[in-house]
Amino acid sequence: MMILNRATWLTLVLVLGAAVLLAVLNLTTAQTAAYHVPTYAVALVGKYLCFAMLALALDLVWGFAGILSLGHAAFFALGGYAMGMYLMRQIGARGVYGNANLPDFMVFLGWHELPWYWHGFEWFGFAALMVMLVPGLLALVFGWLAFRSRVTGVYLSIITQALTYALLLAFFRNDMGFGGNNGMTDFKDILGFPVQAETTRCALLIITAMFLCAQFLIARWLVTSRFGKILVAVRDSEARTRFLGYRPESYKLVVWVLSAVMAGIGGALYVPQVGIINPSEFSPANSIEAVIWVAVGGRGTLSGAILGAILVNLGKTYFTSAIPSLWLYALGAIFIFVTLLLPRGIVGLFSRRERMVQTDAMPAVPKGAREAIG
Amino acid sequence: MSDVSAELHDTLLYLDGVTVSFDGFRALNSLSLVLEAGEMRAVIGPNGAGKTTMMDVITGKTRPDEGKVVFGRDTDLTRLDEPAIASLGIGRKFQKPTVFESHTVWDNLLLSLAEDRRPRFTLWARETRQERERIEEILITTQLMDQRDRPAAGLSHGQKQWLEIGMLLAQEPQLLLVDEPVAGMTDAETEQTAELLREINRTRSVVVVEHDMAFVRALDVKVTVLHEGAVLSEGSIDHVSDDSRVIEVYLGR
Repeated sequence: MMILNRATWLTLVLVLGAAVLLAVLNLTTAQTAAYHVPTYAVALVGKYLCFAMLALALDLVWGFAGILSLGHAAFFALGGYAMGMYLMRQIGARGVYGNANLPDFMVFLGWHELPWYWHGFEWFGFAALMVMLVPGLLALVFGWLAFRSRVTGVYLSIITQALTYALLLAFFRNDMGFGGNNGMTDFKDILGFPVQAETTRCALLIITAMFLCAQFLIARWLVTSRFGKILVAVRDSEARTRFLGYRPESYKLVVWVLSAVMAGIGGALYVPQVGIINPSEFSPANSIEAVIWVAVGGRGTLSGAILGAILVNLGKTYFTSAIPSLWLYALGAIFIFVTLLLPRGIVGLFSRRERMVQTDAMPAVPKGAREAIG
Repeated sequence: MSDVSAELHDTLLYLDGVTVSFDGFRALNSLSLVLEAGEMRAVIGPNGAGKTTMMDVITGKTRPDEGKVVFGRDTDLTRLDEPAIASLGIGRKFQKPTVFESHTVWDNLLLSLAEDRRPRFTLWARETRQERERIEEILITTQLMDQRDRPAAGLSHGQKQWLEIGMLLAQEPQLLLVDEPVAGMTDAETEQTAELLREINRTRSVVVVEHDMAFVRALDVKVTVLHEGAVLSEGSIDHVSDDSRVIEVYLGR
């Protein structure tokens, strides 16, 4: 398998092309023009692409290593909170209480000093590091304990769900120092650029698209490597890999931590574009929705995860404004439909042809070797 | 692998008083067994005699409550886990053929080759010429050359069994544990499997657990009869089938 097969090229071109096109149509056309793209749509697509990163991260662990995480949105939310803390510190004295040293919610709680874990977040570089480090470390500790104890299947899924639920409850608490129920919002600027400005929105969209493409390429590289083949082997028969001398727990841990970091980056890009981060991002339903995106697009295909995240969220945007009461039914129906009729998702419909093309074009061994055997 | 003939008549595997209990049930009851380097041994016994548990103990899946399991000169297997034992050179074939269904036959063998098993190696590993040659050799031995680009899921039952044996060969083990290799096979396949095991035995030690007496007879090797977690009888197939205790266990109930 090549890293850059046809589906990969197509995905890269579509994601980057769409982002650039939307940005251009937003910035260069008059607001009255028929083909003008409103700024809210730019932010909306940016949000979809962040969700696509979460889906991609989930597909890596679920589709390839067979780890069904029902708590992956937790890593996304942690990345989001790290970015939110940076954005809060950028508000400075422009908050309602005009306190240059403390975010509004801390002033409201009657706090006088910044908690120790908020230090450093005024620097973008530090916050960016934390965006990756916090989800990565949590995943490392969680994964090390779970995989080493050989917790697999539905048991693992349940603990991941418990993990995100525990974080939900923790972040709801005011005394945690992350804004409690209300979370963080009213952001002013990012790296000196006003968050609400059209140009910033467009730049964020394009940056998000670039990060998504980079993550996609890293994921492709990983799954087409021998490491990736071993991941699939672990998914198919963990016992066999063990008796061959592999340590499945090491393989799972590597991909699990990478996946968490990818999700964290998605969350970090999500927050400036939606303008808020609160504990509801940890709610178990979010993680389950992400599983549905991946299932709809096609588990174990990577490009399908991206496609599924975008399509299902387009549907969600439409339904929740047109017929809000029907959305959850529609989502449930989509999931049942895909599970019963499209076990390999939307991408699975096309991949049969793709695979045939691949085997024709790329024999597993070079021609010379084949002839040598006769 | 090192020269087997030099180690001939050296002890390769030594089980001493191994006991395993599950909730009071003694799956192995002070089992002792000696396997010489280069030997092929057939292990037979009725259901529940402890054959699979014995394999589990040797390969590190189950830790014995008592007893010693020594591999080679002085490696205590009871302290090691499955990957460590596999890396020492003990391969195991499961009763139900266990291959990586979504991988091609080729990739199944590639992943089994005796190489560095750590992620830091496999992340960067590229298929080398030696690897290709080794895989091709095994494809010939296991008669799977025509199937090499097929996903393993598409193979017949017998072909899957051979692929799994091929994967064990790729692992370059010193000792091969084979659990019921001919279960569900046609007569022709059974014969070919016996041939394959004899071929393997030329360079490696093999332990075959089997129910099929005709197959054990065809292998023509030393037989160990297990019963209630201990050795009941040991010797040639004719010797053990004349043993009155064996007859009683097999036919008496």
